[in-house]
Order: sequence, then structure tokens, then C-alpha cells
Amino acid sequence: MTGSSTIPTSRLSWFEAGARQRLAALVDPGSFMEFIGPEQRMISPHLQIFDLPAQFDDGIVVGAARIDGARLLVAAQEGRFMGGAFGEVHGAKLLGLLHAAQALRRDLVIAFDTGGVRLQEANAGELAISEIIRAMVEARTAGVRVVGLIGGRAGCYGGGGLIAGCCSTLVVSEPGRISVSGPEVIETNKGVEEFDSRDRALVWRTMGGKHRYLIGCADIFVDDDAAAFRDAVIAALGRPAGFDGVRLAAEQARLEHRLARLGAGRDGRDVWRSLGLPDAEAVPELSTEAFRREADACRETADDAR
Amino acid sequence: METLRFELATSSPAKGSRKIALVGVVASGNLEVLLEREGPPNRCTIEISTAAHGFGPLWEAVTTDFVSRRAAGGLRISINDGGARPDTVSLRLAQGVRLIEGPDA
Repeated sequence: MTGSSTIPTSRLSWFEAGARQRLAALVDPGSFMEFIGPEQRMISPHLQIFDLPAQFDDGIVVGAARIDGARLLVAAQEGRFMGGAFGEVHGAKLLGLLHAAQALRRDLVIAFDTGGVRLQEANAGELAISEIIRAMVEARTAGVRVVGLIGGRAGCYGGGGLIAGCCSTLVVSEPGRISVSGPEVIETNKGVEEFDSRDRALVWRTMGGKHRYLIGCADIFVDDDAAAFRDAVIAALGRPAGFDGVRLAAEQARLEHRLARLGAGRDGRDVWRSLGLPDAEAVPELSTEAFRREADACRETADDAR
Repeated sequence: METLRFELATSSPAKGSRKIALVGVVASGNLEVLLEREGPPNRCTIEISTAAHGFGPLWEAVTTDFVSRRAAGGLRISINDGGARPDTVSLRLAQGVRLIEGPDA
């Protein structure tokens, strides 16, 4: 290597980073205080039955921090451990954090990176998902903002996708994927003609960040950069809080309208054409700036429930 | 799961003042290493939990090599192993001891 070009050292790829790196880059320096840290060894009671190794934090880091001076609660899932999946302890940590957010009236930021519920502790995981959704709706009704961040390697699938749908604001980057059933699940159940899970372009134009932003599943689209996620969180925390039946009814009406408008499309590109994007074929190639410019002129927007 | 425990004599105590350090992740071919300050300054205890059975002698070699090269006295090191190779284990141990040498986080 003889080149003299300098690599910017401040940029941290959200996709490449681990849960703890993401939190460190997200919050004000030195402000993070972890709850139930790894030294407490609150590990999964189920994995050892299957002769599987545990992780000391059960794949989720939770705590209190400041972002741009504001006191809030934060959680980050580790997508590399068990695909970031929800187990009993993992779920209980997020649930407890939501209860704390409501009790303390503090906003909550969740960095999702999950394939859904952990198969080895499925009952506990499924219960955790529903308890988390209930706690999130209660916290939001009490005026707490819950900001979800999606751009990790595991995406946000299964129950994680359902929880994400209940957030006040969702921030997504291009590598981020949001759905309930993942590509392999759809292919296994409905066949390769329905969905070829190995077709990466198909996966991204069905579940990827750009598509989700265009159809109003996500609210802020950012670069794959931790600093961009932080800026987006600061913007999201400035939005009005609150959640009620009026918003839900408005979102229901929007979804019915969206289905009537775009439901006949067989592919992400059909949807983009119907939305009125000038060149649907070019969407995956667009830079973040160019994409936001085109998307913001025609995309669907959600009513804080999606 | 197989649990291994080594109590090793060390030549020098761990530097710095940080109370705990955590490096790595439990994923395929990777491992998590938790370092805490505990025990006398001339000893290092290493506890390993691994799904790959029968590699005790290899772990002993890697951990003995580690304490001979690094200042690891007064540390309790706990490892959750995801089937990491010895070179990865050595790397993580070195990263961990470097991290705990830093200032309080």
C-alpha cells in the first residue's frame, strides 16, 4: 500500500459495530450507566439445556444515559449472539427498561438487531414480546417517546418487527431490514417461487431500509454511520410525544388507503413506480442524499404507529 | 457444556484502575471474555465455559502462554466460548487485559 489517502477515523459503521460500540457512539461520552451488567452474570437459564454457550448480558445491553444532554434510557441488542434473539432474560431486561421509562417519564432508545424469538426458549420469548408491546403502548400513552434504530446485520424480524412497529419513531439505514417473517421463513413455507431468500436484491427491495422508508414503515432514513443515527435520535426526541385512539384510527385509515393504492404491486419496484419515483430501477443505487430528496417528495408517511 | 478452571501464577499484577472489562461476543468461532479485579495480585484465575468438549490441554496451553506474556495478576477472567480457535482466544485475552489497563469507564 503506497497510497496516501486518509481513512476518516471518526466514522463508525452501524452495521459492522457491536451493541456496546453502538451505544458508546450514540450517547454523550461518559454518560452511560449499565443496568444488570455482564458482571452480574444474569445469563439465560435455558441455553445450557441445549448445550449452548450463554453470554453474560444475554445479548442485550440496557441502561441510562444522556443524548445531547437529555436524560434517557437506552437498549442495544447484540445481533451476533443468537442472532440478537429474544430469550427470557433478554426480554425481561427490555421489559424492565420500558417500565422504568414509564415510571421515570424518560424517553427510550432501542437499537434493534434481532431475528425475533430464540427458538430454544420460545415460550418465554413470545411472552416477553407481548409484554414488551403492552408496556411500550402504556409508556407511550403516558407520554414517553420510544425511538427504534434499525441497521444491524440481523435486521429486525419476528417479534422484534412487531415491537418496532409500536415505536414512536423508527430510524433506518439502507442495510437495515424490517419484517416479521424473514426471507428463509417465507421460502420454507410458501416455496421458492413465492420468495427466493437467496436473491439479496429481492430481499432488500421487499424488506430493506429504502423500501421501508418509502412506504412509511420507517420515519428517518440515515447513512450507515453511528453519528448519523445519533443525529436522527436527537431529531426524533424533538418530535411531539403521545399516543391515543385518534392516532391509531388515523394510521388504520392510512394503511387501508396504502393497500388500495399499492396493494396490486407484485414487487418493490412496482410499489416505487406507483408512488411516483422518477426512476424505480435506480432506487437501490441512489446515494443517501439523492434517495432522501426523491423519496421525500412522494413517500408514504406514518402517524407514529405503523 | 464443559467448564474448565485454571488458577495461574503471574509475574506482574494487572495495570490501571478499571474494575471490569468485556471484549468479544459469543458467536461461532468467537468468544466473550470478562475481566474483573479479584484475588491476590500474583494469581490469575481463568474460568471457561465451552460447548467444544475435550480441549482442556489446549486451553491450558493458551492461558499459560497468556499469563506469561501479559500483566494479568489479580484478575478473575471468565470466558464464554463459541468455538473459538486458539489464536482468537489469545487475541481476545490480550484485548481484554489492554482494556482493563485503561482509566475507569
